[in-house]
Amino acid sequence: MTTRPRRLRMATFVVLPAWALVLAAYVGTMVWTMQISFTDSKLLPVDTYVGFDQYERLFSSTRWLVSLQNVAIFGVLFIAGSLVVGFLLAVALDQHVRFENTLRTIFLYPYAMSFIVTGLIWQWLMNPGLGIQKAVQNWGWESFRFDWAVNREMAIYAVVIAGIWQASGLVMALMLAGLRGIDADLWKATRIEGIPPWRVYLFIIVPMLRPLIITAVVLLSIGVVKAFDLVVALTSGGPGIASEVPAKFIMDYLFTRQNIGLATAAATVMLITVASVLTPWLYFEYFRKARPRGAA
Amino acid sequence: MSQPTPANEVMEPAVSVRDLAIAFASHRVIDELDLEVQKGEFLVLLGPSGCGKSTLLNAIAGLLDVADGEVWISGRNVTWAEPKDRGIGMVFQSYALYPRMSVRQNLSFGLKISGVPKTEVDARVDKAAQLLKLEELLQRRPAELSGGQRQRVAIGRALVRNVDVFLFDEPLSNLDAKLRNELRVEIKKLHQRLGNTMIYVTHDQVEAMTLADRVAVMRGGTIQQLAPPQEIYRRPVNLFVAGFIGSPAMNFFEGEIVAGEGPRLKVGDAMVDLSRYPFSTNVSPGQRVILGIRPEHLAVGPAAVGSVEVESQVHITEPMGADTIVWASFAGESITIRTDGEFNARPGESIAFHFDPARASLFDAQTHLRL
Amino acid sequence: MSSPRPTVAAAAPLERPANRQKSVERGRKPKRLTPGRIGLYAFIAVAAAFFLLPAVIMIFTSLKSMDEIRDGSIFALPQHLDFSAWIAAWSTACTGLSCDGIRVGFWNSIKILVPSVVLSIAAGSILGYALSFWRVRGANVLFAILLLGAFLPYQIFIYPMVRGFSLLGIYNSLACIVTIHVIFGLPVMTLIFRNFYAGLPQELFNAARVDGGGFWRIFLYVILPMSTPILIVAAILQITGIWNDFILGLVFAGRENLPMTVQLNNVVNTTYGERTYNMNMAATILTAAVPLVVYFVSGRWFVRGIAAGAVKG
Repeated sequence: MTTRPRRLRMATFVVLPAWALVLAAYVGTMVWTMQISFTDSKLLPVDTYVGFDQYERLFSSTRWLVSLQNVAIFGVLFIAGSLVVGFLLAVALDQHVRFENTLRTIFLYPYAMSFIVTGLIWQWLMNPGLGIQKAVQNWGWESFRFDWAVNREMAIYAVVIAGIWQASGLVMALMLAGLRGIDADLWKATRIEGIPPWRVYLFIIVPMLRPLIITAVVLLSIGVVKAFDLVVALTSGGPGIASEVPAKFIMDYLFTRQNIGLATAAATVMLITVASVLTPWLYFEYFRKARPRGAA
Repeated sequence: MSQPTPANEVMEPAVSVRDLAIAFASHRVIDELDLEVQKGEFLVLLGPSGCGKSTLLNAIAGLLDVADGEVWISGRNVTWAEPKDRGIGMVFQSYALYPRMSVRQNLSFGLKISGVPKTEVDARVDKAAQLLKLEELLQRRPAELSGGQRQRVAIGRALVRNVDVFLFDEPLSNLDAKLRNELRVEIKKLHQRLGNTMIYVTHDQVEAMTLADRVAVMRGGTIQQLAPPQEIYRRPVNLFVAGFIGSPAMNFFEGEIVAGEGPRLKVGDAMVDLSRYPFSTNVSPGQRVILGIRPEHLAVGPAAVGSVEVESQVHITEPMGADTIVWASFAGESITIRTDGEFNARPGESIAFHFDPARASLFDAQTHLRL
Repeated sequence: MSSPRPTVAAAAPLERPANRQKSVERGRKPKRLTPGRIGLYAFIAVAAAFFLLPAVIMIFTSLKSMDEIRDGSIFALPQHLDFSAWIAAWSTACTGLSCDGIRVGFWNSIKILVPSVVLSIAAGSILGYALSFWRVRGANVLFAILLLGAFLPYQIFIYPMVRGFSLLGIYNSLACIVTIHVIFGLPVMTLIFRNFYAGLPQELFNAARVDGGGFWRIFLYVILPMSTPILIVAAILQITGIWNDFILGLVFAGRENLPMTVQLNNVVNTTYGERTYNMNMAATILTAAVPLVVYFVSGRWFVRGIAAGAVKG
């Protein structure tokens, strides 16, 4: 054989810093986080290993258990709600309605705004003394209650409503794009066969949009796990710990409650949960059907 | 950047591929392939999709790393040389013109990179533009050109490099039939005028037959037959080449050699006298063979001396203008006959047709090799 | 709304230019008002109200005086246009002891935004190009780690990063927050550029290599000029994403550089004494203004950004 190829040097050279960055910033920090979770660290990391003590402490903490329960409620309702609302909006806009562009702009604009803004808006709407509740009660419906943000029972549902308001537009935009991509001949065929449109949507279109729906679910799920800003702005986790979520739990114990051992244990639990869901999806999405590129 | 060929190396092949292996992941799509292309030759790599013809071309161009073997171009071992240093120009199926550059910039980009002086660049670009009738289009963007014009620009980009070897990767596949014919003729003229070595990949046998000095028919990463077009047409070396070349495809009938005065073939109920067939190997009685007859080598009407005559019923006829394809049956199998456009027969009508065994092909039923 | 079409089949061909004709062809345009049609419009009206009302109320509130807010209905129109709450929000709103208004956060956010957007797009496009056109050893592994980085929550990385930046001595600085945005922007940026480049014909790259182009020359002269659509998409994603960021700014920017979102939350949620809701709403609107302007100006490109960010190429 002749000499090894000298080519591709610059490409390799460019990728090296990316490797360094990725290894340090993602892999390294992840490992460090896990390492701290097995120590007795409080304000600063220490090297006193205590095995799974932090995890035991974590799962006997009411605050953490409430966080888990809340993220489950929030996750299920937020994802289901956003999917249903977003899909219905997309189908509605697909009926050749007037002012379609205006309506699409209206449905999607909340998605351009931050969770902080969203949270503060809904905090104001749910203000018990001055918000919607007061206005409706003044109209004569005395028993009307919309004080969810400050109501122990309802606080997590307040987060759900605000989340759906912010994210449905995303689902709508994705689904509408999918609906527009459906072959016109398919609609002709179903009309010839006399299938009512709602059946077509439910039994033919929804299965066709499955990849898009999965994408939407993944995007929304990331929102659920990262739900920190919204809770902070809307309820600050309160009243009490009523709307506490894991993301906020970790931040609190890292930066204000000075118990980084517990916080990193919680972060590790979060990592394992997310990774176990994410890895199969990423694999199917990116590597199984990765098409081979022809040349170098 | 021409690679001057020293006088004492005139007989050196322009492109030589030795013991080549190409692997995707660990799967070898090409293995132990050898190919020599003579200086000034027009070689066509022909085969169905997935046969490895484009892979071979990309390996010659240096766009793919080889797993084993060597590539020599103009007497130099270029196995690990960059594509730009191989003394090649390449034309791609999708034209691959740089969309944000004008035609002139497209043609001159490579020359500028290699530091050719500006006056020289302009001279070469103008010459190529004149040759390819692109003078009017030099300021346009690729998006403003028709498909045929784009492909001429792509050819021009290879031309200005002043190289000995041109590589074409299915250059006409994206064009409609009429343009394809026009450009095919232009490429042939170009080859006659410039005398460069050209390696041309296609799946279109018409392009292969009309353009090539020699055709390499490929399948499964191997070259099945490497010969001038007429030879491939007349004497296909195996069943695959026989079936791949020709349209409508060659008719095949399986039969058995029977003993007698001279070799004879029993196909169904019919007997075919093979005494006029130019065997290249011996056959023995009882051997299973496949008889191949091209539709155009079958003729309707009474037989001349030495021909085999058959009676059959017409199933359907397909008038195609210049000729008419007749579907009939022979030895229990369907057979297509190419007759002239004047021929007229109704389905069910009985006709006589005949063929000359000397123009047929015989293959061993087991090895599929020509006998 | 018409969007410029890229000349190449681009990252997110979800928006069909011909969808209007297609719908007509579909022939489902109704000729009269059926009960179904009425129901449809009723649904749309309710939905539009649900999405629009919060914004309307927010604007109304910001234009009212505090007395008006206390005495009237949240739905009532402001009695007269009073922009004093806006002025107060911009220049005198208090966070802690300083009362310089939300404008401090605005300019901080701008200072963070500009270098972060430019650097993260540059890094993502170069890396995406290297990974899609040049066969680099271990590209798939690198890409897999990047994907994990794109999807895992920050909480997993954040504490060691704080320690790391402290060791480097740049924790709580502009450089720190910009670096953080580049690090966390890299996965998605690389992803969308890689997907876009995967859609470009490989033959084009091959042609450029036969022409003698090297890594940088092919990138600058052939690939980058074709990247306008994806550059726009990347810019939209990064501008809105970085502007709307809260958690990274909170942790890494330092007191001097807190972005507008963090300052807004401080203004609204940590005030003592009487809350000035009109000023809070004005500050909220001001904070939302930049991404909203991007949204309204970019039109369909915003949707393409979502689709690209949805990493579905």
